[in-house]
Order: sequence, then structure tokens, then C-alpha cells
Amino acid sequence: MTISNTIAITPDLIAAHGLKPDEYQRILDLIGREPSYTELGIFSAMWNEHCSYKSSKKWLRTLPTKGPRVVQGPGENAGVVDIDDGDVVVFKMESHNHPSYIEPYQGAATGVGGILRDVFTMGARPIAAMNALRFGAPDHAKTKHLVSGVVSGVGGYGNSFGVPTVGGEVEFDARYNGNILVNAFAAGLAKADGIFLSEAKGVGLPVVYLGAKTGRDGVGGATMASAEFDGQIEEKRPTVQVGDPFTEKCLLEACLELMATGAVIAIQDMGAAGLTCSAVEMGAKGDLGIELQLDRVPVREDRMTAYEMMLSESQERMLMVLEPSKEEIAKAIFVKWGLDFAIVGKTTDDLRFRVIHQGEEVANLPIKELGDEAPEYDRPWRASDKRAALPAEQVAEPADYNAALLSLVGSPNQSSRRWVYEQYDTLIQGNSLQLPGGDAGVVRIETHPTKALAFSSDVTPRYVEADPVEGGKQAVAECWRNITATGAEPLAATDNLNFGNPEKPEIMGQLVGAIQGIGEACRALDFPIVSGNVSLYNETNGVAILPTPTIAGVGLLPDWSAMARIGTARDGDVLIMIGVDGSHLGSSIYLRDLLGSTDGPAPVVDLAAERRHGDFVRAAIRNGQVTACHDLSSGGLALALAEMAMASQKGARLSLSDCRGLPHALLFGEDQARYVIAVPADLANFVRASAESAGVPFRTLGPVGGEALIIDDIVNVTVTALVNAHESWFPTFMA
Amino acid sequence: MKSAVVQLPGLNRDRDMIAALTRISGQAPVTVWQTETEIPDVDLIVIPGGFSYGDYLRCGAIAARMPVMQAIREKAEKGVKVLGVCNGFQILVEAGMLPGALMRNSSLKFVCKQVKLEVVNAETDFTRAYAPGQIIRCPVAHHDGNYFVEAETLKAMNDRNQVVFRYAEGTNPNGSMLDIAGVVNEAGNVLGMMPHPENLIEAAHGGTDGRGIFASALDVIAA
Repeated sequence: MTISNTIAITPDLIAAHGLKPDEYQRILDLIGREPSYTELGIFSAMWNEHCSYKSSKKWLRTLPTKGPRVVQGPGENAGVVDIDDGDVVVFKMESHNHPSYIEPYQGAATGVGGILRDVFTMGARPIAAMNALRFGAPDHAKTKHLVSGVVSGVGGYGNSFGVPTVGGEVEFDARYNGNILVNAFAAGLAKADGIFLSEAKGVGLPVVYLGAKTGRDGVGGATMASAEFDGQIEEKRPTVQVGDPFTEKCLLEACLELMATGAVIAIQDMGAAGLTCSAVEMGAKGDLGIELQLDRVPVREDRMTAYEMMLSESQERMLMVLEPSKEEIAKAIFVKWGLDFAIVGKTTDDLRFRVIHQGEEVANLPIKELGDEAPEYDRPWRASDKRAALPAEQVAEPADYNAALLSLVGSPNQSSRRWVYEQYDTLIQGNSLQLPGGDAGVVRIETHPTKALAFSSDVTPRYVEADPVEGGKQAVAECWRNITATGAEPLAATDNLNFGNPEKPEIMGQLVGAIQGIGEACRALDFPIVSGNVSLYNETNGVAILPTPTIAGVGLLPDWSAMARIGTARDGDVLIMIGVDGSHLGSSIYLRDLLGSTDGPAPVVDLAAERRHGDFVRAAIRNGQVTACHDLSSGGLALALAEMAMASQKGARLSLSDCRGLPHALLFGEDQARYVIAVPADLANFVRASAESAGVPFRTLGPVGGEALIIDDIVNVTVTALVNAHESWFPTFMA
Repeated sequence: MKSAVVQLPGLNRDRDMIAALTRISGQAPVTVWQTETEIPDVDLIVIPGGFSYGDYLRCGAIAARMPVMQAIREKAEKGVKVLGVCNGFQILVEAGMLPGALMRNSSLKFVCKQVKLEVVNAETDFTRAYAPGQIIRCPVAHHDGNYFVEAETLKAMNDRNQVVFRYAEGTNPNGSMLDIAGVVNEAGNVLGMMPHPENLIEAAHGGTDGRGIFASALDVIAA
């Protein structure tokens, strides 16, 4: 029986596919006739915001994407960066925000699955994962349920697949009440000559379907992810896919085995918009047409229509162009791993995307226009208003500094994330050198005696809201700083830009400003963007999230035996602050979490200072002069010192007598480009002299030791009290 | 001494185990795929951790019925040492080669952290490198490590000193009965344990406490 492709195309149907009237007109102009129902679905999948980047493309082009170590920049499944000795690291971060709000476990799980697939599609074995998670206010009715579901979904997929989760972020803010963020990062290791791309080559070659069968799950997911939420969100649950990490693990092993045989000419994973997007991308990039025979697609449900097959987002699937002489070898590998292997089409020379189902041609579209020539918008935007300065003199001092510090270390956003990361396998593969809880996750390169990679994911959304340009700069700078604090050289980054509705000029202005700031910082720090993802329409009932451009970076440690950690200071070591005295309390967590105000500008990021201070700290670490290091970020010097004390289980007796300013600004100010380093007492003079000659400002704070963190006569808290406050918030909240 | 590592779809700590065995014995183990019915001549067979067949059914239940398990059983009956770690322990229990059952963690959550283990029985082929009662550190990473065995079997196991490791100093991560972390069969040549000694065998791991298990089983205990 034939399944109908003759549903009438009405304005309502067009609108339900997320296509604007002018976009539909463009379709009519392009093909010279009314599209079929399947074709409408294909256009909807390819031209939605999620797949086409139509609102952001103009601005993304301004980002620096090249550098001496960049092997592959944006445009492929993931970026590729040279890490010497013929090794490359392959990485990307991607959002799964909308699905995770609708169905937290599966939404988060398939987010992790999708990003892992992006990495191993390129021929790399995943070696590290991170997750940047943002939830609504802790007291919001849905938050606990979402935290619980997302964290177990991230763990459920990553743990079973077998990749260590070595870092990430978990934050709460009421602005995410109706729209949480789940940004998943993965990195893999490959040889420079073993990278696989999606560009099809050669006419008449078999197009092969690999992996799991196609079902009806996720039909229209990418279109859903490109729309705002409203009150009927529960109805969207069927658009969320279901993850199967076991199949993905088998797919990883099968793909890597297959790639080693020389059978793969081009390969593309089926992510958003599944079969449609993967086939169109392979063809469009290679200037080839693709013909698909849907009757050969492995399905797990009866009577699927062409429309459903083309738009299904069933997970754990790949499409590849096969070297025909290797067909039998390739098939045997997939049979061994219990996976489907089916020749479902061929490459053609007519630049058409043709889909045949039950003997009928259900789609015949120009492939280039579908893919890389999708619509592009120059949306109107309005720059955010500059905020008035907020001098520290205008911000109240705490009545009790001890209470203020304990309150911050035990607050929802600054407390320990142990409850989260102990649900992730952080140790698998046996190469994890630094686990979550430090500045960056560090994983050694198994095949090399001394090399390791550092990973960090950062953004401070309240800064981006206060000033998109400075906030964008700060996200990059903090990521760069966290990697530097381990002694690693920051190499490159991936950006995951989460914003509201770009059709609103003020939201578009946030996006434009943040990209400008990111670009400036990446250029100044030689930290190019090699991959990324844009997630727009993060709004519910018209209220946007905080603008959240997450930056995840990778750094290289040539010799991990000279690596710094936050908790390794020894008794008698001297703590030295690198950078200027704290002064900036605008948009700080001191202001937000203790005084309940989000006022004030974001801190200004001096990129030249950032670089100078970072280069100094990294050199000192590599020269063996530093026993522990921590960057200063939210909560300023006081939080950094408390975190170092907790990690080392050692107090310190410190003084701010060399510093200039009000004590609450010195302790809690969030000025940028700063670190605390611990140095052996006999090297302190040498390190200070080196800083002096490098033009790097510093302050000697005092010696490590004792059971309490003591700062002049204003702070005196035992390490035990800090730890108790720090460790108790999350388990109590989730109990 | 020669060793073998069993590979099944969904196991994912096989590479960790191969690295540990290679590092400690100086010799790479052979790998044995799930469908193989004969195992090469080795002194130690290891079933590593992971999620065999996704653990979508009871953990280890499908793996325990694969052809390779019959071959392992025959080797074990001839006295070859068999070590099952994490999912490997679950598979040995499901195969009936070790007593008891491994239930979902009492927290109902996956847990990955470092715990402490007491070496209860330091006279097995797997623990001779340790002193009786020695406390070692060891990581765990599992969702279903809550050991249970009925009273009668437990008594017999205690009489025969079959409990080899217990979680120590209040670090039981999963609600396991009497803090049991690892048990050996009656003959003493099949050990199952939930913790992952293969992830604590070198300075880069932050310690070498797990090394003794492999050094004992491979007969390479440093003097």
C-alpha cells in the first residue's frame, strides 16, 4: 500500500513548519512549483535556525577561526587542532536545551550522545567530556526534577559509552526557570592523517546507512528547537529522541574499525534533521547530488512515511560514502557489532537531492540551495545600554566577613558540585589527571609519555547581560585563564551561543555584542574558535534567558609532571596574588547573592593584561616555581583563597596590608586577569622579581599553614567550617 | 605470566584493564571476543567493567550467557585464575560462578569516587601482595554494586573466608551488605570485585594501591 505524499500545502501547514511567508515564497521561486509534503518537511529541517544559522551566520563569520595549530575550523562535525607529534584533538560543544527541558533525562542523554558522535564521526576516539548546565532558581517548582533528570541523563549516557567527564558548570538563576541550558562538550584524539570529513567525492558511489534503525522519535526536533516555548510544552515531548548509549559505543568501535580499513570516503552523523541534513550536507559540500531509496532504510516501525523517515531524529545513526571495493569488509565489521549496514543510495552528478519511496519520487530539490545557500538574515539589532559605574564606596560592607564568606561558599552557585560529578564516571580510560572541582579538567595523552590536555568551560551570563561585549570577552578570558592555571597553553575554543529570540532587536544586540567581544578576546589571546553551535529562541512566554555564550577551550601541557593544581600548596609556601587589587563590585556575586542586587557594569577585561599575567603564571608553573595555582573569578580573592584552602585542607595566615582599597572590594571584587599562586618560601623573592621585570602586578598575601583561613583581623574561618558550608548545600537541596 | 581480557559489546574498561596488565606484567594480554569458544593458554582471565549489552536487562545477565562464558567456566574449573571487575563481577555472579547478587546502589544513583577497602583475606591468589587487614584506597564507578547474599550462603562464605574486600572507614558507596566489596569462589581462583583497581596503579592515578591485585595474580610481587 502506498503511503500518501499528497497532503495539501496550506498556510497553516507552512507556519507549523516554522517557515515564514517570505521563506515559502523563496521555495516557490527556487523549485518553480508547489513543494510536496515531504519536500516541505525537508526545507523546514534545513532552513530552521538550528540547522541554517540564518540569524547568526553574518556575525559568526567575524570570529577568528584560523591559527597555526588549526587543522579544521567551523563547518565540519567538530574542530581539529594540532597537538604536535602528528596527534590532533577534535572537539566541539553543542546545546540540547529545548529537549532537556521537555524530557530532562533523554534530552541530556541524547545531547551527550550527539556531541560524542560529532567527534568520532571525524575519526577521533573520545577522551573527555564536559557539560555546562544552567537551571532555574533552586526554589522554582521544576528545578529539582530537572537537575535530577539532566544529571542522571548526562551520566547515564557518558558513563555507559565510556568517556570521562572531567569538567563543566552547574548554575542556577531564575532567568532559566522556563528554559534550562544543557551544553555538552566532547573531545577526541586522532592522528592528523586519520581525520574523516563529510564532503562526498566521486559519482555513482554507494551511500551507506550505519548504526541503529530509524523510528518516529524526534520527528521535527530541529524545528522545535528553533521555536519559543509556550504553555503547551508538554505536547512537544514526542519530538524528543531516546538515547541508546550501548548502540553508540558499538557504533564508535565499528566506525573506528571501518575507518582503519580505508573504506570510508566521507562520513556524517545523523544529528538534527537526521537523514535529510546528513545527506544534503555530504552532497552540497562535495558539489554532488544524492539519491536516496527509502525502502532500503532500516526501520523499527511499520508504515513509516517518507516525511517521517526524512525528519526522524532517531539516535546512533551515520551516513557514509563507501569505497565500493571494500563493501564486504565494511559489512562484516557492522555485523560483528550487531549494527545495521544498508546501501540506501548513491552519489550523482546532477546536484539534485532526490528521494524515492515505494517507486515514487517524493522529493527532487536543488541540493546546494538546501544546504550551504540557505536563507540568511541581517536582523535589526540594538546595542545594550551602558550601565552607570558602581564604585565600591556605594556598596555596603558586610557586617560580618566570616558570615559573608561562609554564606558565599555555601550558596547555590558557589557551593561544591560533588553531588553532580560523583554521578559521572570521571576516571574511565585511566588518563584523568585533574578531576572536576579544580580550574580545568586534565587528561593525559595515553600514547605519549608526557603530554596532556586541559579542558575548561566558562561564561558569566550576568556580565553578558550587563554588557554583551565585555561579557563575551570575559567568557573567553576566563576559559583561557582556567586552562593557563594548570600550566597548559590554551590552543583553541568552541563556542555555544545560547540566546533568546533574535527577532527582538535587543536580543539580537546581545548576540552581536557577545560575538564581537568573543572575537576581540580570541584574537588578542590567539585562541581561535574552531567549532560551535548557536541556540536561539531560548524564551518561554516571551521572557528570555540570560545571554549565555558558553566558551569551552582546550590547552596543551607538554609535560604534565610540571602541572599546577589548586589544592597542592604545602605548609610554609607563600601565597601571591597576580594582578590588580580587587575593586569592581558591579554585577558581582557579592552584590547578587549577599545584597540581592544585579546592578552595576560588568568588569572590564584588559586583554593585554590578561595575556601578560597569564603568560607569566604559565611560565612560573612550567619552571617549577609554583606549588598550587587558582584563577580568580566569581567571588574574587576571598572565594579563590577559600577554594584553595578547602582543596588542600590547609589554612593560611594572610594580610592585605600591601593592597589599596576597601576590604570588601579587595576580597570580593571581580576584577579580571588575576590568579593566586603558591610558591615555596625560598623562591618567593625570585618570583616577585620576575613579576616585577615582566610588568605584572602582584601582592604578597602570606604563608600557607594552620587550620583556619585568616586574613588580617577581618576573616578567621576554619577550613572545616568552610568545607562543611561548601559541601552541604547541594546534597541538602536535592535530598 | 600470561593473561587474557574478555571483550563483549558494551564493556568499556577493557582498555584500562589491558593498559594495567601490560604495565604490571610487561606483557600485553591477549583479547578474547564474546563468541570465542576456546581461550588461549593463560594464567589469568579478566572480565573488565562496563555496561555489557547496555545493562538494559539485569546487569551482566546477557553477557553471562554468551559462548565465551562456557569457555571461561571450563578454564576456571581447571584452576585458571579469573578476575571480574565491576560489570565483570556482575557477569560472574549472573553466570553462577560466584555467590550472591548485585543490586542497584542504595542511593539509586551511579557513583564514581574513591573509597577505602580492607583486605579481609590476604591469602588468595589475588591479594598476597597485601597484609591482612590492610586498608587500601580504590576508586568505584557503578550503578549496581549493592551486594546481597542470603544468610546461609553468607555463613558458609565467612567460614571459608570468601569475603576478600570490605569497604572500610564508612566509605561503603552502595549499601552493600556487611560492606562487602569483593568475594572469591570456594576454590579461591575466581575473584569478583566492584571497585576498579586498574584505575589506581601508577603515580598519574594518584597512587598505586590497586597494583597489588594484579601483582599477586600475575605473580610479579616486588620484593
